[in-house]
Amino acid sequence: MLEVKNLKAHIDTTDGVVRAVDGVSFTIKPGETVGIVGESGSGKSVLAHSIMQLNPKPPTFYPQGEIIFEGKDLLQLQDKELRKIRGKEIAMIFQDPMSSLNPVFKIGDQLMEAILTHHHLPKSKAKQRAIELLTDVGIPDPEKRMNAYPHQFSGGMRQRVLIAIALACNPKILIADEPTTALDVTIQAQILELMKNIQEKYGTAIIIISHDLGVIAQMAEKVLVMYSGRIVEKGDVEDIFYRTSMPYTWSLLRSLPRIDSESRNRLLNIEGHPPNLIHPPSGCNFHPRCPFASEQCKMVDPELTKRSPEHYVACILSEMEFKEAKKRMENVEREGDLNHV
Amino acid sequence: MLRYTLRRLLAIIPVLLIVSIIVFMIVHLTPGNPAYLILGEDSSPEAIEQLEQQLGLDKPKVAQYFDWLGSIFTGDLGQSIYSEEPVTQIISERIGPTFSLMVISMLLTLLVAIPTAIFIVWKRNTMLDPLFLSGSLLGTSIPEFWLALLLVLVFGVTIPIFPVAGYISISESLMDWLHHLILPGIVLAAVEIGLIARMLRDSMLESVNQDYTKTARGKGVKESTVLMKHVFSNALIPTTTVIGVTIAGLLGGTVIIETIFTIPGVGQLLIDSIHRRDYPVIQGVVLVIAFVYVLINLIVDLLYAFLDPRIRYD
Amino acid sequence: MLRRKRNLIPFIFLILLLLATLTATWWLPVSPSFMDSSLRLMAPSAEYWFGTDHFGRDIFGQTIIAARVSLLVGFTVALLSTILGTITGLIAGYYKKLDSIIMRIIDGMLAFPSLLLALALVAALGGSVTNIIIALTFSFWPVMTRVVRSSVLQVKNIQYVEAAKTSGIKDPVILSRYILPNVLSPIIVQGTFIFAKSILAEAALSFLGVGVEPSIPTWGNMLQEAQIYITMAPWFSIFPGIFIVITVLALNILGDGLRDAFDPYAKGKKKAKKRMFKHKKQYAS
Repeated sequence: MLEVKNLKAHIDTTDGVVRAVDGVSFTIKPGETVGIVGESGSGKSVLAHSIMQLNPKPPTFYPQGEIIFEGKDLLQLQDKELRKIRGKEIAMIFQDPMSSLNPVFKIGDQLMEAILTHHHLPKSKAKQRAIELLTDVGIPDPEKRMNAYPHQFSGGMRQRVLIAIALACNPKILIADEPTTALDVTIQAQILELMKNIQEKYGTAIIIISHDLGVIAQMAEKVLVMYSGRIVEKGDVEDIFYRTSMPYTWSLLRSLPRIDSESRNRLLNIEGHPPNLIHPPSGCNFHPRCPFASEQCKMVDPELTKRSPEHYVACILSEMEFKEAKKRMENVEREGDLNHV
Repeated sequence: MLRYTLRRLLAIIPVLLIVSIIVFMIVHLTPGNPAYLILGEDSSPEAIEQLEQQLGLDKPKVAQYFDWLGSIFTGDLGQSIYSEEPVTQIISERIGPTFSLMVISMLLTLLVAIPTAIFIVWKRNTMLDPLFLSGSLLGTSIPEFWLALLLVLVFGVTIPIFPVAGYISISESLMDWLHHLILPGIVLAAVEIGLIARMLRDSMLESVNQDYTKTARGKGVKESTVLMKHVFSNALIPTTTVIGVTIAGLLGGTVIIETIFTIPGVGQLLIDSIHRRDYPVIQGVVLVIAFVYVLINLIVDLLYAFLDPRIRYD
Repeated sequence: MLRRKRNLIPFIFLILLLLATLTATWWLPVSPSFMDSSLRLMAPSAEYWFGTDHFGRDIFGQTIIAARVSLLVGFTVALLSTILGTITGLIAGYYKKLDSIIMRIIDGMLAFPSLLLALALVAALGGSVTNIIIALTFSFWPVMTRVVRSSVLQVKNIQYVEAAKTSGIKDPVILSRYILPNVLSPIIVQGTFIFAKSILAEAALSFLGVGVEPSIPTWGNMLQEAQIYITMAPWFSIFPGIFIVITVLALNILGDGLRDAFDPYAKGKKKAKKRMFKHKKQYAS
């Protein structure tokens, strides 16, 4: 249904061109959930905004690539045609519900705007639909809440409203850019639950973007791991979480606090910083931070290659080599721990 | 909102008190005896003494101030030395033309400034923006009276389509009223347009990439609607605060413009009174204008709160 | 700050104007006070670039000479307002107890449209260069107080100021050594704008006949005299007016430019914008 082919989205800044998205390809089928995971600054948010063409232009520009939605390349569309897709076919919810609603308009008006932009309905009908939507997303007393202003809602409630806005026209794809990051943990779970229910009810495909592997594991069927504007590993949830084949994904997983883990509950951070996207490192972008990097990694920029029918990895280490390297490292660490004691 | 309103109302009391003290001081700290100034230097000592008593000038200054303040509360601003009519009456006769001029120029200002700002923000990545910035800077650099002279030159001589002097009351003829106020209105608006449009542009540019505009664009809303509805409504709130400044500019400007276009308003009254050394009238006019200005600022403050639901429902 | 072209041009203009008016008597071909009744209200010509006035005087020379008092009034008012406003602003921002008293008075003064306050003061004091300066200073310094006060409030609690306070350094030293240098940029910017506003206000007051003594040439006085000849001899009104506009514009550009130069955020934005234009051309296809 949606196919992104070798997409590049670059941003012009004072210091030079930032290659925020640098050659990304993936597809999403109806009703599917794709998770995109990566650190902040990995380009995942710019990628999400690219699909909706919501990156401010300038400074963002698209030197290469295609975003094919139902046979049309969204990058080539005129503004007018694009607007028919935005909100109607593809909708988006954003990271910060506190600032994503217009503070001076009533909730109901903002919701009805989403409906009336694409459907010529009498106002009473639109209002009825808006109340339905608010009920769907679990806002209590929706008729009364229609007349409230955003500042009278909590963060979680606002995110529900934003989901309602996104669902207003029953879109085929819902893009959720860090939908729970700004929320409390308990609220996070509720919002994710809500999104799942919505998907079951309407059959919406979801692209969920998060830096939180927990969120991705809970929601996604397919996962893309992004690093410095590129996809470094993609596959089914099982591939990513149980057959991890890229050192970066492995580092991300290790940075998660795990209760079920046999090793001590250490919270590991990935050492170093995400690379400078204006002057990316030579060879593999991850090599300066990679615990398994060899001399070769500084030279060769590995391409995304197939490991199994659905599993793609961008690393020069083969599955066997990676397994052995991991084992060695764990041994070293165990010794280090013993020394500490 | 109620608490906010009450707080604003209370806050203007000390301001008005200071205003009254300043107005009082302006006349009473004048070098030389006001009675002399009024009667002329060659008048007899008896006449001076009589006038001093009549004006209460023989009392201590503080007592004079409180007498004066007391009479203001009863609506008595004294008597004109020139025409011997009550100052309150003189001013109320002149307030109509000034008010008309203010309304016309304010409307003109908003009518031009708002669409200009929206257009500039819409075309924000083109060379129009720096052009606009230069234009608004130029606008604030032109003396109003000089612009008035130029317009008198153009419309009085070259293309005489607008009258360059006089005033017709709105009750006589709406068209004539408007016709006479167009030129002075344009002059007064010209300076303020740059100011308001600039402020509106600045605050629109600040909100043009806010998250809520992304939500709106994500709905498939047209860019022009995003600007005119979502961005504008948010940018309007901070812009209301400069409306107060604009009105101060208009109030100051009317004084000059009324003189040039011979509009019988409060401004012309003030200038005439200054030339006649008619101190009670000068004092009265200055006090009334300052009072009106404080009131307008209060209204602007309340409007600000009303436009922002975050304050309105607090 | 002056290295940027946009700030340099108005600055050079103002310096040139100052030099031209101070040395005018040496280089003007016709003495500006030379009267010839046979040359009354002549249109601009090769000899009289700006034409002649109702006494047959050279308007160009008059305009150049008039800059002296106009600039003097503007500069003095800017300087005095800056000094007064800075002192009161520092005190109001630094001493909480005095703050409310000072600011109430300032609010009261700002309750008058500035031109109106100046007009009323001149009416009481009588028109003269000194009185105009007094009246305009009185009208403009409250704005400076506000600007300085709000800047002081921003830097007052910065660590090194706190540190100076706890180490027993006396208040006047803290204010002048630690706080003042940090609030200098808004003061300079505001001072430039007051300079511009004072030139406009002086011209307006003189134009209304309540400003500088009619015998002293200022741009406002010239326009006051020119007013009745507006249809007969428009050049008499046009040229002095143009000088006001250019001078005030130069000051406004300078103030605006200084504000941007002091604001690192705006600087970065400008640069990015420039790149954007360049970039747009590259990717225009």
